[in-house]
Amino acid sequence: MKKQVLAAAIVFLLVGAAAYGAFFVAPTERTMGPIQRIFYLHVSSAWTGLCAFFICFVANVLYVFRRQPQWDWLSISAAEVGLVFTTVVLVSGPIWAHPVWGIWWTWDARLTSTFILWLLYACFLLLRTLVEEPERRALFSALFGIFAFLDVPLVFGSIRWWRTQHPQPVVMGGSGSGLDPTMWKVLFFSWFAMLALMALLMRARYVMEAARGQLEMVRHEAEAI
Amino acid sequence: MSLLSSTTALLGKELRTEFRSRELLTTTVVFILMVIVLFSFTFDPTYNESRRFGPGLLWLAFLFAASLMLQPCFLREQTNDTLSALRLSVNDPFAIFLAKLVANTLFLLFTELLMLPVFAVLYNVPVLRVLGQLILVFFLGSLGVSIAGTALSAISAQARMRELLLPLLLLPLLTPVLVASTQVTVGLLDASPFLEWKGVGFLAIFDVVFLTALWLFGEYLLEE
Repeated sequence: MKKQVLAAAIVFLLVGAAAYGAFFVAPTERTMGPIQRIFYLHVSSAWTGLCAFFICFVANVLYVFRRQPQWDWLSISAAEVGLVFTTVVLVSGPIWAHPVWGIWWTWDARLTSTFILWLLYACFLLLRTLVEEPERRALFSALFGIFAFLDVPLVFGSIRWWRTQHPQPVVMGGSGSGLDPTMWKVLFFSWFAMLALMALLMRARYVMEAARGQLEMVRHEAEAI
Repeated sequence: MSLLSSTTALLGKELRTEFRSRELLTTTVVFILMVIVLFSFTFDPTYNESRRFGPGLLWLAFLFAASLMLQPCFLREQTNDTLSALRLSVNDPFAIFLAKLVANTLFLLFTELLMLPVFAVLYNVPVLRVLGQLILVFFLGSLGVSIAGTALSAISAQARMRELLLPLLLLPLLTPVLVASTQVTVGLLDASPFLEWKGVGFLAIFDVVFLTALWLFGEYLLEE
């Protein structure tokens, strides 16, 4: 318990420091002005969300081959936390886009594929609520998770090739659009803070899911008697 | 029995079951027809507008129809627990998937080709001159839909709210198929038609990726 409080306090400090960095350390962007500071939250959440989904995918594969409930618990924790971070991305994106691009949303490759990614993992969580038997639920959601993860590059590719309306995102569009070194530092620090937050949330969710899973097993055994 | 011979035997069974009742095909045809008619009210289907929106709505109609048509694929094996019998009768469970997905591709392709002239007449788009290329796109698209759909219908058949669940799982997964096949169809229905090979290749890649995934993981979907 003491350890958890300590970990939470450290994460709280890290996120606070990242926010401080984004507001006061990073230089103001020349054309976009202060609104660009949302970038540090937006991009670091996006990367963290992808990390969480990758963890979910690895847990899914391991569950299919090893059949240990731990991997199932990890996969749902990672999917939920990933979904939260992706929601942050989808909400902070339009807030940033409206003053800069003049529109809330554009059907660009990154935006659209993030949205589809969000939908896929929302369906992943929905599927889990609709299968009763624990082992079957774990197996089916693991398999769907694998299919969904394989689909992501295809979604991105298809939208990038055929649907992208503007050529390059305003920031980090490629080799031409460099970032100030201080901005890079703040961005990586924010990402680190978000990863720490992800680890904290995922651990808490895992503990909860493990307790739930064990309770379910005990109940099952009790019913068998 | 080898994979090929068991697949052919099972495919024969799938086709026989369907052609005895023809339930799936008739309902799907009527469904697509209805969607095509209803879509015409959402925009003014003039010559130019039809070319712009036609391919998209055609593929959306196909996807919606498929997400309904693939429902009974594994569900009907549950009534008399024939899935266990199927599992016992083949060495490689992949044969069950292969037979079902080939049958589903054929059903889809058949309904699509049946609906194509209706679409061409109602939306005033010439299709005869690009018929061969259209069949190629329809085939690759339907194959992709069937591979993913057959796999997911094995999942949804064993869940609650299964009628709603299959479209939910399937449609986001099929986004790449929708985008690529719509783009290729737009090119084919253009005033000066062209075949976008990039799109054809993309559909082929989608099919290969998901077929490989099904081959690797399919057997787990059929576990008791």
